[in-house]
Amino acid sequence: MKVGVVVFPGSNCDQDTKRAFGEVLGQDARFLWHKDPDLHCADAIVIPGGFSYGDYLRTGAIARFSPVMNSVKAFAQRGGPVLGICNGFQILQEAGMLDGAMLRNRNVKFLSQKVHIRVEATNTVATYGLKAGDVVGLPIAHGDGNLYLDDGSLARLEAEGRVVFRYCDVAGQVSDEANVNGSRNSIAGICNQRRNVVALMPHPERASEAILGSDQGRKILEAFVSSRPE
Amino acid sequence: MIQLRVLVSLKTSVFDPQGRTTLAALHGLGYKAATDLRQGKSFLLSFDGLTEEEARRQAEEMAAKVLSNPVIESFKIERVA
Repeated sequence: MKVGVVVFPGSNCDQDTKRAFGEVLGQDARFLWHKDPDLHCADAIVIPGGFSYGDYLRTGAIARFSPVMNSVKAFAQRGGPVLGICNGFQILQEAGMLDGAMLRNRNVKFLSQKVHIRVEATNTVATYGLKAGDVVGLPIAHGDGNLYLDDGSLARLEAEGRVVFRYCDVAGQVSDEANVNGSRNSIAGICNQRRNVVALMPHPERASEAILGSDQGRKILEAFVSSRPE
Repeated sequence: MIQLRVLVSLKTSVFDPQGRTTLAALHGLGYKAATDLRQGKSFLLSFDGLTEEEARRQAEEMAAKVLSNPVIESFKIERVA
């Protein structure tokens, strides 16, 4: 599968993400420069983590206007799989491709640590084949990951089963303590209505090989390149 | 020249972690009378060759489309010069 990894000025997980899909999972992973609207026949698109445009204005706010984003939007509208990781999540929200917005973390600190997330929905492009209730240990590194949705949007997202991951403890229990950044309903990842655009704040690519300390994130990346739930 | 200030702030229904932290620091310094603090952003826009009406229309559009995120923020526009 051709996996296109979008690179913005300030992306800093692009190399890791390309390596995880390329060298580790054996896919044809390539970079897509944000100024080029051509997706170069990619079968799947990943918006990686980082600090696109230095997080100026708001996280993801300027990246969303890059020429490549119109193509990514059209790609998603045709049902193409799109995965957003961390800053990629924020960019997809700013682009109106996913619900909500990120506020500063509840404790106002940049959080760089390991967390656990629980798989909530398995009928998405990034979780197909996983089991609901599976607990995955992944690193996070963000200052603005406190997911905000108004009451109506939150209720709709929950009712439609579009919460894909929730922060939890190692045993899979959701608690206020495990909800490190203060996200509403402990949400760590969501998807769009068509379930082909998925994003999460934790970094599966940073836990994709044993040499990185963990390969627990690998199954999410594998699901993304192997699945076609439609 | 027309100068317009766009003030962007989190909607009142949205928790403001930065404002809360700053307020706690102010309370620590003895400013106990302050009961709330909301942080926002200010953008000073200058226009040449436009009527005030047209400048306001454009500023309105920029604020809605780019300068604020309508999911969490609201804005207001005031004339400075």
